[in-house]
Amino acid sequence: MRSNTSIWAGSTVLGFIVFAALAAPLISPHDPFAQQLADGLSPTNWEHPFGQDKLGRDIASRVIHGGRISLTVGFAAVFISVLVGTIIGAVAGYAGGLWDEVLMRVTDVFMAFPGILLAIALMSVLEPRVANVVLSLAAFGWVGYARLVRAQVLSLREREYVVAARATGAHPIRVVVKHILANVISPVIVEASFGMAGAIVAEAGLSFLGLGVQPPDPSWGAMLAEGRDFLLIAPHLTLFPGIALALTVMSLNILGDGLRDWLDPAQKR
Amino acid sequence: MSRYLLKRLVLLVPVLWGVATLVFAVTNIIPGDPVDLMLGETARPAQREVLREALGLNRPLAVQYRDYLAGLLQGDMGTSLHKKRPVVELLAERIPASAELTLAALAIALIIALPLGILAARKAGSGTDLVAGGLAVLGASMPVFWLGPLLIIFFSINLGWLPVSGRSSPLSLILPAFTLGMALSAILMRMTRSSLLEVLPQDYLATARAKGLSEGRVLWLHALRNACLPLITILSLQLGALLSGAIITETVFAWPGVGRLTIQAIAARDYPLVQGCVLFIAFVYVAGNLLADVAYAWLDPRVRLN
Repeated sequence: MRSNTSIWAGSTVLGFIVFAALAAPLISPHDPFAQQLADGLSPTNWEHPFGQDKLGRDIASRVIHGGRISLTVGFAAVFISVLVGTIIGAVAGYAGGLWDEVLMRVTDVFMAFPGILLAIALMSVLEPRVANVVLSLAAFGWVGYARLVRAQVLSLREREYVVAARATGAHPIRVVVKHILANVISPVIVEASFGMAGAIVAEAGLSFLGLGVQPPDPSWGAMLAEGRDFLLIAPHLTLFPGIALALTVMSLNILGDGLRDWLDPAQKR
Repeated sequence: MSRYLLKRLVLLVPVLWGVATLVFAVTNIIPGDPVDLMLGETARPAQREVLREALGLNRPLAVQYRDYLAGLLQGDMGTSLHKKRPVVELLAERIPASAELTLAALAIALIIALPLGILAARKAGSGTDLVAGGLAVLGASMPVFWLGPLLIIFFSINLGWLPVSGRSSPLSLILPAFTLGMALSAILMRMTRSSLLEVLPQDYLATARAKGLSEGRVLWLHALRNACLPLITILSLQLGALLSGAIITETVFAWPGVGRLTIQAIAARDYPLVQGCVLFIAFVYVAGNLLADVAYAWLDPRVRLN
């Protein structure tokens, strides 16, 4: 019951945010790049419900357009992470032996970098472009999925139906994809919803540090960095991009909680 | 126990070597010439050559790698290009501030999480539990680079109670530590609640109550002691978030720690310093995880026997 409520609540809020991002050019009240220097830092008013930034750009429009970048980066980073992590985890878990040993030691090395540190290190030498941000986030994002998939594959590979499939002479790739990965997908989906929340925060964090999306493109993290200089006179610069970011992360976390409870009731507490 | 510790230390060697190699690869092998990034594309070839010489980039890669590893083994992380001082010296100056912030954040996280987690577990399913759960979701969803400025607006600008930034007085520590500890407290609270829910129905607690122990003693001494094993696992898993969160928190509050030094080094294109900072943070993380594993094995003998 509670898991259904979580899934419903999380996906409704997330659906609203995704819709706003997809329909950004249609629903944005203004051009997110249009400057009105004379009105710079104006607070909220009827024409600009979230106020204007230092260059007089409409914050509401920039928040809506910023969602496009955050969601795109989050989705792309998680997609690549899941793909790479699943392949590495499946090979390590199914092949075992030397493959497992080598791949897991490589995983250990990547796991030794806390949070977004590796992405920060990578972005310090790469050009700050969206594609590079995605790659740098995926560079550490795959590790969790590799560990998860490996553990699942290890527990599934000796099950009777898998042994039976092998006995019929099925190709190892077919056994892994059709019989094992099909049963691994649920925990991966749950992990991916939390992972997407993490990737969106990480992108915003990189942009906040000046290592991610660059001006004039609207990014929630970059908008928060801009707002830091005007906390005293224009707190609205900080308030609205932050609300958008926190709402997105919260909806993904609630959705992930609900999905986990629904797909794995044993973990529900 | 000492055998277990020795085994863990031996296993650490290849991981540390891998970390050092990956950091070297990031700054030396991947596309994008550090010299180009430092000087810009308009620099003259002669200028590039001078910088290449200064950085030692004109030597074969294998030689650079060998010298880099040899330096690390002797505690030499190179010299900062910008500050013209040994990287190790610069790091040593910043470590106390970072340690202070991280430990204070950890303490704040535990002070918030334990009582709330216990309360939520004791009143599971009630309105209190729901509110505590809601607070945990909210806390886990607020990035430090948003929570920090919000706290500055409220406590520093509106109320004028606490300093906006810097490390000038003990009061300066409160806002950054709270900002950094908030997300961790949310996760720890949820874990405390779920661990306690597993422990609370067990018979030994009924026995403790039957002996006439107060509810506080039963909970804090008997129940929480057995519920703390998963907490140690979560703490070691969250150490990464704490360390990388510290990089951003230090930037938000101009806190003079290793995280801020990292970002300053990146902005100044000071690659030896970037390399040193990244390596240092990764090593601290690895050491923290080792400490958590050892604590876990110490508390639960089954772990070291396996």
